[in-house]
Amino acid sequence: MKTIFEKSVAGREGCWPCDGLAAEAYIPKELLREEEIGLPSAGELDVVRHFTKLSQRNFGVDGNFYPLGSCTMKYNPKFTEVVAAMPGFTRLHPVLPQLKGAGHLCQGALEVMYETERLLCEITGMHSYTLHPMAGAHGELTGVMLMAAYHKDKGNEKTKIIVPDSAHGTNPASAAIAGYEVISIESRDGIIDPEALREVLDDKVAGMMMTCPNTLGLFEKNLPEIVRMLREVDALLYYDGANLNAVMGKMRVGDVGFDIVHLNLHKTFATPHGGGGPGSGPVGVSERVAPYLPISRVQKLEDGQFFLDYDYPKSIGYVAPFYGNFGVYLKAYAYILRLGGTGLTRATENAVLAANYMRKRLEKHFEIPYNRTCMHEFVAGAVHQAEKGVRALDIAKALLDKGHHAPTIYFPLIVKECIMVEPTETENKATLDHFVDDLIAIAELTEADPEAVQKAPVTLPVTRLDETLAARGMVLTEDMGS
Amino acid sequence: MPYVPHTPDEVREMLATIGVGSIEDLFAEITEEMRPQSFDVPEGLSEMEVLSKLEGMAAKNATDRSSFLGAGFYDHYIPAAVDALTMRGEFYTAYTPYQPEASQGTLQAIFEYQTAVTRLLDMDCSNASVYDGGTALYEALMMAVRQTKRRKVVVSEALNPIYRVMLDSYTSNLHLEFVTVPHKKGKTDIEGIKAAIDDKTAALIVQNPNFFGSINDFTELFTAAREKKALSIMSCYPVLQTLLKTPGQMGADIAVAEGQSLGLPLSFGGPYLGIMTCTKKMVRQMPGRIVGRTEDTEGRTGYVLTLQAREQHIRRQKATSNICSNQSLCALRALVHICSLGEMGLKRAARLSIERAHLCAEKLTAIDGVEMLTNGPFGNEFAVALPKNAYEVITKLTERGYVPGFPLGRYYEGLENGLLVACTEKTSEEQIGILAEMMKGALR
Repeated sequence: MKTIFEKSVAGREGCWPCDGLAAEAYIPKELLREEEIGLPSAGELDVVRHFTKLSQRNFGVDGNFYPLGSCTMKYNPKFTEVVAAMPGFTRLHPVLPQLKGAGHLCQGALEVMYETERLLCEITGMHSYTLHPMAGAHGELTGVMLMAAYHKDKGNEKTKIIVPDSAHGTNPASAAIAGYEVISIESRDGIIDPEALREVLDDKVAGMMMTCPNTLGLFEKNLPEIVRMLREVDALLYYDGANLNAVMGKMRVGDVGFDIVHLNLHKTFATPHGGGGPGSGPVGVSERVAPYLPISRVQKLEDGQFFLDYDYPKSIGYVAPFYGNFGVYLKAYAYILRLGGTGLTRATENAVLAANYMRKRLEKHFEIPYNRTCMHEFVAGAVHQAEKGVRALDIAKALLDKGHHAPTIYFPLIVKECIMVEPTETENKATLDHFVDDLIAIAELTEADPEAVQKAPVTLPVTRLDETLAARGMVLTEDMGS
Repeated sequence: MPYVPHTPDEVREMLATIGVGSIEDLFAEITEEMRPQSFDVPEGLSEMEVLSKLEGMAAKNATDRSSFLGAGFYDHYIPAAVDALTMRGEFYTAYTPYQPEASQGTLQAIFEYQTAVTRLLDMDCSNASVYDGGTALYEALMMAVRQTKRRKVVVSEALNPIYRVMLDSYTSNLHLEFVTVPHKKGKTDIEGIKAAIDDKTAALIVQNPNFFGSINDFTELFTAAREKKALSIMSCYPVLQTLLKTPGQMGADIAVAEGQSLGLPLSFGGPYLGIMTCTKKMVRQMPGRIVGRTEDTEGRTGYVLTLQAREQHIRRQKATSNICSNQSLCALRALVHICSLGEMGLKRAARLSIERAHLCAEKLTAIDGVEMLTNGPFGNEFAVALPKNAYEVITKLTERGYVPGFPLGRYYEGLENGLLVACTEKTSEEQIGILAEMMKGALR
């Protein structure tokens, strides 16, 4: 499909008729740009049609089952968009509360922040939250910075962070960016092995980052022992909240001994992913880590008024220009109000039910390396199929032809030909069955005609794309390449 | 239960397939000692009740004031097409485009976004965006540190102070040496920055227009930096960049911007858009997602995520950045905004904003005791010195429905009387007239 630049017609006007005097009237010529920029000249209908057609070349949760493991692609309720579009929120300038005495002009927004933090505290059993981190990985970075601040303040000399081999790639990357050496430990039977942990644990360890359930969808049942071991060396335990959808109402990370947790509101709390962002990655902490949280922090006075407090001398400072992605956590707040405690617990229960149901229905057709009760997701391995030359990638593409988005593949890295399925609680049984039937049909086709699977997809706007050519040619804009 | 579709019969069937008696059996591994000590989340509300509650909260925000606030974040007009198109579920409810064949919409849009912002900033390459303008600056700085293997950074004090404090926090564990070169009455001290660059310097960071609204040409400065093999990083303002000399023309190695002014509402601080562009030479240091053009097996044009060997899911702790998300939907909004206004429309919005700001400056400085704090060329924002503490004046006027600007004393010692005033094409001549009258009254 042609780009909007190729559709541009010189002289065709967009939708902005007002004009000012030429810039030269105010700014010396040598400070101005001379040549045309090369931005599109298109009519409004040209633009509307272009982007409507582009959208039709995309899968999304609204149109397709999207069981992308680790990403929690649940349905995003429409009413939260109405909330985020309320002019009382969208028109609010972020520096407004920084003007003396102007806090009373944004009490509603501050209340949203305060209440959201309070609800997240109750859901996860943490002492305090910051809403500032703008995505999950940003929350991780903030969390590791908090860890560093805690140890520095206590005079601890810590240099290492432990990350299990099943962890998300963002975990080791965040730890490294905060200046720590990353120590990886191997899982045993799909979960953390306390013995392996003991071998690497010493008083140089600042903390450990873990996901529970982990990326294999398995619950870390040795958690209480792990917590005790880390406490002995004054190391902090970090919870990657990507998989929180598996435990709401069943376990609170604060109660079991985690000191720092980041949540992905765009996963568990149903804010839309938007094709890769914006997200929101609030960070919760235990009482001993609370003094280091980023500033500002929202507080409530006895008279019920809210204000932003900057007076935290031990704070790590600013991780965002203002208060995080307000427009995103506003939607999560509305979602939590809608579901309530019972609704959140039901979400978790049904997410786990759906994953186990699919796992069970697939076990005769695919290798399930850890075939026991899973939480909200499970991993299968296309090892039998790979013997026929059909890899996880081929199966993923064949699923696209059937109208399903593919599961996550080749992650976690420790499972061969990994296919990681996370159905979420919002998909009905017919959809789950349809997907499983299609997956089984692909497995059968693999036996009969592996080449047919290798050719997929054939029903989409493009067939398989040449990634090597993309990397070698490096055409990243209309102006690069030929 | 909202958004859970299973009927009791279906639940029974599913449990039977799994071979357990109840849903609770699936949670058996969470032993008693790990169960919640409380879970006191209020009961759910209906959609209607939630909307009504939030309407009430929204009403407690005074968004009816006439505002001259900017400070790097501007209230520009957003064409209706931006909401209408970007709210399409196919864009809105998709994930990062890991399956390119089913994500050509998102991928082509990012490619077009990359084209639009590189043309606007006149640079070679762009990534698919990062969280915000401040994060973009931090990531640009880290690109320079990796590329030069040096650890000293020269920063202009006229760089947005909100970004300067972010840089401080982000780099607190990284042992970098920051040299901040003071502003001169709100102007970027080019000679001072030049003098501070030596052969240990990884990068210099400047902003155009700077925080005080002052416009510069940094060509000479960037040339001087190149002689010391230091890299030049420039932060800019996308709307004005339609008219101003570009980072590319000046010879910047990395140019970044807060993209909020391109079709994103102020929304109390986010979600915003971190625009990141660089020269071709620097592209392998770039963090985050990048989209490239390629072909399918039939020779048709298509788009994929590319140069992924830089990224955390491949490189883990050796990645260029831990960033996973971009601000895809915000980038899409910026693209649709740019396309809806077109080149001409964007320039017109910029020109009108500049015209209104100059009218406003003229009216305010006509008041006894009010002077320009920063002299020389400016765009749609300028700094004035009042004869009184700016905080007091702001408080007084805000109570009467006009927020006259941002108090420079919040970040700059000695500028307690300084007021930073911004206009956009939405600011009317009438509002400017009333502001001047009210200011006169407040200063009397």
